[in-house]
Amino acid sequence: MLDLSKYQSIGASLKDALGKFSGEVCLIESDREREKERLAYRDFKERAHPLAKALQDAGFVAGDRASIIMTNQSKWLISAYAVFYAGGVLVPLDYKLTPDEQWQLLKHSGTKVLITEYPIWRQLSAAEGRSAATNARTVLVTEAPHSADLGGAQRWEEFQGSGEPAFVPRIRKDVACIVYSSGTGGRPKGCMMTHENYLEQCVALTSIYPFAPGVRYLSILPTNHAIDFMVGFFGPFICGAAVVHLRTLRPEYVREAFSKYKITYVSLVPLVLKNLQKGLQTRFDELPSGKRKVFNAMVAVNKALTKSRPRLGLSRRLLKQVHEPFGGELRTIIVGGAFTEPQTLQFFYNLGIPVANGYGLTEAGTAITVNDLKPFRADTVGKPLPGMEVRIVSPSADGIGEVSVRSKTIMSGYLNEPELTAETIVDGWLMTGDLGRFDPEGHLQLFGRKKNMIVTEEGKNIYPEDIEAVFESLPVKEFCIFAANYIWPQRSMVGEQLLLALHLEPGQTYTEELRRDISARNSKLLNYKRIHGVVLFDEDFPRTASLKIKRNALAEQLAKLDRATAFLPL
Amino acid sequence: MRTLEQTTQEVLDLASKHFNVPAGSLAPEDDFFKKLGIDSLQTLEMLSRLENHFGIELPDYEVQGVSDFRTLASRIQSRL
Repeated sequence: MLDLSKYQSIGASLKDALGKFSGEVCLIESDREREKERLAYRDFKERAHPLAKALQDAGFVAGDRASIIMTNQSKWLISAYAVFYAGGVLVPLDYKLTPDEQWQLLKHSGTKVLITEYPIWRQLSAAEGRSAATNARTVLVTEAPHSADLGGAQRWEEFQGSGEPAFVPRIRKDVACIVYSSGTGGRPKGCMMTHENYLEQCVALTSIYPFAPGVRYLSILPTNHAIDFMVGFFGPFICGAAVVHLRTLRPEYVREAFSKYKITYVSLVPLVLKNLQKGLQTRFDELPSGKRKVFNAMVAVNKALTKSRPRLGLSRRLLKQVHEPFGGELRTIIVGGAFTEPQTLQFFYNLGIPVANGYGLTEAGTAITVNDLKPFRADTVGKPLPGMEVRIVSPSADGIGEVSVRSKTIMSGYLNEPELTAETIVDGWLMTGDLGRFDPEGHLQLFGRKKNMIVTEEGKNIYPEDIEAVFESLPVKEFCIFAANYIWPQRSMVGEQLLLALHLEPGQTYTEELRRDISARNSKLLNYKRIHGVVLFDEDFPRTASLKIKRNALAEQLAKLDRATAFLPL
Repeated sequence: MRTLEQTTQEVLDLASKHFNVPAGSLAPEDDFFKKLGIDSLQTLEMLSRLENHFGIELPDYEVQGVSDFRTLASRIQSRL
């Protein structure tokens, strides 16, 4: 088991790893057919130190916040290391958010330095929201064309200090990252993750999925996501492994990368995994009848021989035609960000490709449980990782209750939200808002959510209050958005949808014109944030003294309606 | 040199062919996620088709936040 007990911070542990694995390859960056970059750990250090020095020269000190809004590429990790080296707090933001949403989070996080890519900056600098976030005083932009107007930003490539930067030590309890688990609406949820959170999570995860020199991780999930930050940066770097970045995520180039770079691990969201399954199934179905029979027989043999544990060497020999396109070195597909359907997990396991499904929250420092594959179980999210205490609060007769967690990986709280923090972390236990129970083997099974939110198959957490602004001034008496499963619990973690509850004006009817108005507003939202239907409610919404909608009380009233007839698809 | 209208029409024709929807059923202002019922991954596949057709390289970020055919066509037009 990895021992990181002597380290106080991400920066200190990475600093040692960079020295220890100096000659090993740490980063490969590929753009379509071209390999753009291949860096050894020593090269990585040589790129990061001038940036750290320039940050320090610009007045960046311990505890200052630096945001990164970039797609997955080497400069993301180089910048992150420079920030940690200089004692800063990293704020990794989702590059898929709209510019105004990004400015809102830049303001909320108190970011002093913004590091981004030129195409993103082109949109950010033109957005209205910029005027609100005057705290982001230094903006560094990568890969800007020579003639580009940078609108007050500086070129990342030219932002270099001379001489060695001073390493700024931090302690375990200091905040290392502010990670937004969601919420670009009125109440952004910025999880304050400490250095200890990451050090402990790294030890726990690598005990099950080890990294070492020669191991190659294909980084597809955005690195701002807690999973990729851990298994696509911190984990592999601490152990001397290599991370492969692709500048385009077209399926054909992703497929090619597996065999070209002999990938060991990859993390995917359920949506991509399902897509991969569909593609493979089509290929199998197209096999001539005789070959298909032989193939199915081999799958059955593999299934029987891997019942108690994966046997990678054996599976690779038995099902060569499946494993070769994956490069022949793939050990595990890590799936995260959202719930994965058991039949998808089983499909891959039957082919000898174990999928490490698990369960986690940003607030808990990535993973809480993972399937240790001994034996593989498709119907659960696995057992708690080492160091995780998991309990079921107020279980019903069938043992199902709210999952709560206590461990050294739990965030210190939400930034600027002491009340929300107190509601979420109770006596040291993180209340996840998810419903689950343990089976006799100690595996956790999930049964839906207690909280009013959805998680899409792309791994996006969507809170209804974050998207209500689009429906403001809708010509109705009042409206409110809910997760449908929150109103009518389905005991399911998939197929979650948002709905718009409408209370019409007296005498008003739900006309086609109104439906079109809702639909037009809906299409302004990013596709994964859209509502799927409308529910009409003919009473006044319950409100607090300050006239805020009492969401819980309204949800209880809506629950009395029959979902089948009340839910009007948009 | 194509006009933006021509480019838009070619994008619509290609999308209807690729996703098997009747020619003429797509309009420039249509939201392709909704109209074609596709996800972000399928959008990337569509992008590859468009690149081959127009003989250009269209980085993934060019479709970031784009959901209608007209805007997509204008991004292509700027690279022709």
